[in-house]
Amino acid sequence: MRRSAREVALDLVSPQRAVFLLLVVLLVAIVVINPTFAEPGQLMRFAQRVAPVAIVAMGQYFVIVSGEFDLSMGSLVTAQVVGAGALVGQDGSRTVPVLLVMIAFGALVGLVNGLATTFLRVPSFIVTLGMMLALLGGVLYWTGGAATGNPADEFRQIGRGGWHDVPLLDFVPYSVVLLLALLALALWYTRRPAGRLHVAVGDNVATARYAGARIWWVKTRAFMISSLSATVAGVLLVGYAGVHPSVGRGYEFTAITAVVLGGVVLGGGRGWIVGALAGAVVLEALFVLLNYAGVPSTIRSSVQGVIIIAAVAYSALDFRRRSSGPTHASPDGGDVAAPTQDGDGAELIHNPATSGTQPKEKA
Amino acid sequence: MRRRTTQVAVVMGAAALLLTAACTTDPTVTPPPSETATQEPTESASEEPAPEEEPSGEAPANEWFDQALYDEQYAQRSVTPEGPADEPYLQHIDAEFVDTSEFASEGAKKVCFANASISNPWRQTGWITMNQQLKALQDAGVISEMETRDAQDNDDTQIADIDYFISEGGCDVFVISPNSTAAMTPAVERACETGKPVIVFDRGVQTDCPVTFIHPIGGFAWGIDTAEFLIDNLEPGSKVVALRILPGVDVLEQRWAAAEKLFAEAGIEAVDHFTGADPVKIKSIISDELARGGVDGVWMDAGDGAVAALEAFEDAGVDYPVITGEDELSFLRKWKETGVTALGPVYSNFQWRTPLLAVQKIFAGEEIPGEWVLPQVPITVDELDEYLERNDGMPDGHYAKFGGENLPGFPEIWQERVMP
Repeated sequence: MRRSAREVALDLVSPQRAVFLLLVVLLVAIVVINPTFAEPGQLMRFAQRVAPVAIVAMGQYFVIVSGEFDLSMGSLVTAQVVGAGALVGQDGSRTVPVLLVMIAFGALVGLVNGLATTFLRVPSFIVTLGMMLALLGGVLYWTGGAATGNPADEFRQIGRGGWHDVPLLDFVPYSVVLLLALLALALWYTRRPAGRLHVAVGDNVATARYAGARIWWVKTRAFMISSLSATVAGVLLVGYAGVHPSVGRGYEFTAITAVVLGGVVLGGGRGWIVGALAGAVVLEALFVLLNYAGVPSTIRSSVQGVIIIAAVAYSALDFRRRSSGPTHASPDGGDVAAPTQDGDGAELIHNPATSGTQPKEKA
Repeated sequence: MRRRTTQVAVVMGAAALLLTAACTTDPTVTPPPSETATQEPTESASEEPAPEEEPSGEAPANEWFDQALYDEQYAQRSVTPEGPADEPYLQHIDAEFVDTSEFASEGAKKVCFANASISNPWRQTGWITMNQQLKALQDAGVISEMETRDAQDNDDTQIADIDYFISEGGCDVFVISPNSTAAMTPAVERACETGKPVIVFDRGVQTDCPVTFIHPIGGFAWGIDTAEFLIDNLEPGSKVVALRILPGVDVLEQRWAAAEKLFAEAGIEAVDHFTGADPVKIKSIISDELARGGVDGVWMDAGDGAVAALEAFEDAGVDYPVITGEDELSFLRKWKETGVTALGPVYSNFQWRTPLLAVQKIFAGEEIPGEWVLPQVPITVDELDEYLERNDGMPDGHYAKFGGENLPGFPEIWQERVMP
């Protein structure tokens, strides 16, 4: 019995679940500093704020787990936000047609990213970097750098509005409902054969190909999911914050950080979408915590960065340990060097910890 | 299993340490003065010490604060500018005139313009106005053409641009809007050595070799105007959230340095945040500050994003704060719509006309101010309607005091806002 209790405890602090542990720590710290955060209304506001970045992280998850990167997400968000501002204008009746145009544009961007990566054999890092610049340049050219202003309120309600005076929850933003719906859809998809193929392709392209997968279509699908998620995030951000050429700036890196924080392995083949989602929540919670704690603005980015590195290092521990195994044996003998490196790293970590926190075991 | 546990323990410990470090970085902890002086600008104490700990009249430890410049700009705010009353871009404050008769010559001249960037709405608005001024002067036969190089916010690019102009530009006059002060100084000096007139505007350089340096009063004046407005409209002990775009840019740092000093003296609690002008970040910051406790005032070092700041108050269901934004139309329109207590400080956008008008005067041999200080008058609630009317139909990113109403192409060119 005692052993199983210990196993449960270990499971909770295991590196793979690091992101959830960190999330709990952050939320507790936030509530300690500011108890009003735990009120339903405040929590819902927080969830509303997390929704766009969480949706983007979920999209990026599919690309990363398929072994690629999507750096164009941030500027696609910008392009969609600015585009929505210009196309909707003050005419609320255009909401639905403009949404359709935006979805079509998002899908097209993903398709181009995917086809260029798979058929032209350009690394996705470069393809999506190029797409990022192309979209940013396009936005600048189109708008002259200044957005037209906020579109009609009907359109902005999607990201800004919600149901008020809901019992128990006080306020339920539309964006949170949308987030939950997309999460359910994504979870369903990752359990389907088509969804599992992303992981298979990211883990080992050759095996997946011999197993009959159409690699180009699996990867292109991932890029399209990613671009569509950026589109949805763009729609929400237009409502939440308004139209501005800086909306979406840096979102690609926020999304990648969230995904890695969530235990998804860069290079593909391993990861859980809920982890990516939790990673996004962690990043936003960290921002809130630093605001509540009154950390001086000038050192805030450094504090944020250090915590992120520590968290990712922690979640990577498990991966390092396993990499000594035969799963990633490569023909050039790369796996021979791996155990040595791993041994060194493990020793460094092993000693102080044993003496510091596990005295009983040592005795 | 055991190794895994110990690894876990170490990292947990490290994470805990980091978190503790984050939480104990209390705003009341200020670095010792000797340390602040040697630190990087971005690390200087940016949080206010509690007012009662600070002897009144003592400036907070902000290394961007320059008492002499502060006093000068404080005084210039109340000087009535000289020059034509309806042409603010030709007015000047405390001018010492320089003789330009050595440059007097006939014919249309080629202007070479080294621009820092057009990467924000303020610079874009000015850039459009400048091009319309150019058209007017081309029609008048003063300027033959203007060759422009855009440094895209990069010092190295701008140095290369200036050197290119010197060696192969065939320029009659150099107009330079420096990307940064110190880095651009040697290149500006090289341009001066050609013997052709050099005109610097907006940000300055550390040399007085140019014929004229054109700029509005300055960042301290902005900080004084805005902080005094908030202090007048708030009680001592009120809380102000300061939204700043980014650290380390002198024109922006000076705005904050002046405001920070005045807030401390008046017993206003001011907390500053960097936003990158991103409305998403602005809204999140305000939401968090509102959840932490009341926010009575919002101070901005640039008005871009003021609408998002006000919307955060709307969404939280609390009263609007007293706010200082800028003369950007998005803010003026929101101000009008909500009736919030506000001030629209300006960093006179019409200064983009002045360099080309200075070219005209220089080749005519007229004397011009050696340091051409343009008026910088905030828009108050009494003038709000007037400025909204004058800029009717302009896009949200347009600046009300752009000063181009009498140029060709008004108003369509600014309304369409196509970058030249």
